[in-house]
Amino acid sequence: MRHLLNTLFVLTEDSYLTLEGENVVVLCESEVRARFPLHTLQAILYFGYKGASPALMGACASRGVTLSFLTSFGKFLAQACGKMQGNVLLRKQQYRLSDSEHDSCQIARHFIIGKVYNCRWILERATRDHAMRVDVARLKKNSLQMAEILSQLAPCSDLDTLRGLEGKAANFYFDVFDELILQNKEHFYFQNRSRRPPRDNVNALLSFAYTLLANDCAAALESVGLDSYVGFLHRDRPGRASLTLDLMEEFRGVYADRFVISLINNREILPKQFEQKENGAVWLNDEGRKAVLSAWQARKKATITHPFLNEKLPWGLVPYVQALLLSRYLRGDLDAYPPFFWK
Amino acid sequence: MLVLITYDVNTQDAAGRKRLRQVAKQCVNYGQRVQNSVFECIVDAAQCKIVQHELEAIINKEKDSLRFYYLGNNYHTKVEHIGVKTSYDAEGVLIV
Repeated sequence: MRHLLNTLFVLTEDSYLTLEGENVVVLCESEVRARFPLHTLQAILYFGYKGASPALMGACASRGVTLSFLTSFGKFLAQACGKMQGNVLLRKQQYRLSDSEHDSCQIARHFIIGKVYNCRWILERATRDHAMRVDVARLKKNSLQMAEILSQLAPCSDLDTLRGLEGKAANFYFDVFDELILQNKEHFYFQNRSRRPPRDNVNALLSFAYTLLANDCAAALESVGLDSYVGFLHRDRPGRASLTLDLMEEFRGVYADRFVISLINNREILPKQFEQKENGAVWLNDEGRKAVLSAWQARKKATITHPFLNEKLPWGLVPYVQALLLSRYLRGDLDAYPPFFWK
Repeated sequence: MLVLITYDVNTQDAAGRKRLRQVAKQCVNYGQRVQNSVFECIVDAAQCKIVQHELEAIINKEKDSLRFYYLGNNYHTKVEHIGVKTSYDAEGVLIV
């Protein structure tokens, strides 16, 4: 099994990244702020505007380090890609399956089953762990309805019905999402999902977590040689990494949402770490972003047992393992794509 | 695992000073410089052999010496730092 390596976050806005030998060097006004050997890194996330030297981009591409550029608010801009990884036969098979609505649905269905199952478990877990503090009846009711959707998903064979069922399940889930927040209720509340821009603290956190997750998923897909832009559930649209969004579905709940909730409930993130803009948008400030990123890294190192492989591995490798399983299915080594079922 | 690499290169002549620069340059590729001729490197067993081999090719065994200390995976309790020039935790959160 592959090793989970470290991620370097560059938050200093006027820093410039260069290559020196085998090191990535962070320069601030031509002064060396820090240097890190590339072989200890898996990804570099750069939240600045000056950029990186072409030599570093080349080195990252050839060593499999994903170098991503984001705006200082965490919006994804670009990624430095080197030569395509993996083999062309796998990608062609991916395109072929993606062209056929029937075959796409076979895979898409499993992403959605994974998502609904995992989201349902989040609700069930909350009723078990915090029975005294949450509205158990309401959570149980919605969870039951999600279970019903789950049974309708299994025989589903066209994408539109699938999307409909997914939307229904998401409604039931987000309907009680606010119940899961137990601390600082006056600052952290959830009414509905708002994005572009997020309009409250919880939505700002969710959006940021989804960006980080998308970045990890895209890197995982590219590293096993799949094309992250050709999806099955999400159809092709220029500039949209559809397969990344597909793969993310099963992780949104267990990985990103639970991460956000535990940040709030453990008081790792505080109301003063947010900023409100004139247009009503809410963003994390520097301090908030640092808190979220450190917690994200810590979460990635926590170990779980993978339900399908029955093997202990760090959370951070789960998207990679799922990408690998997906490529096995596309190649025909597996009869179906096994989604990640969280318990 | 964490490997501590230390070296002593004889710098009495120009060739020695050249070797010193080369050894330092090679070490910095693999780890962080914690003191003047002391490097802490996070490497796996294979990478460790590679760096050993590369360094061995540079030094003059008559005049210089190299030492490798293997501190394993649970090295956090084995290292204590006092004084200036603090280092970073290569497996911790890296935020610049």
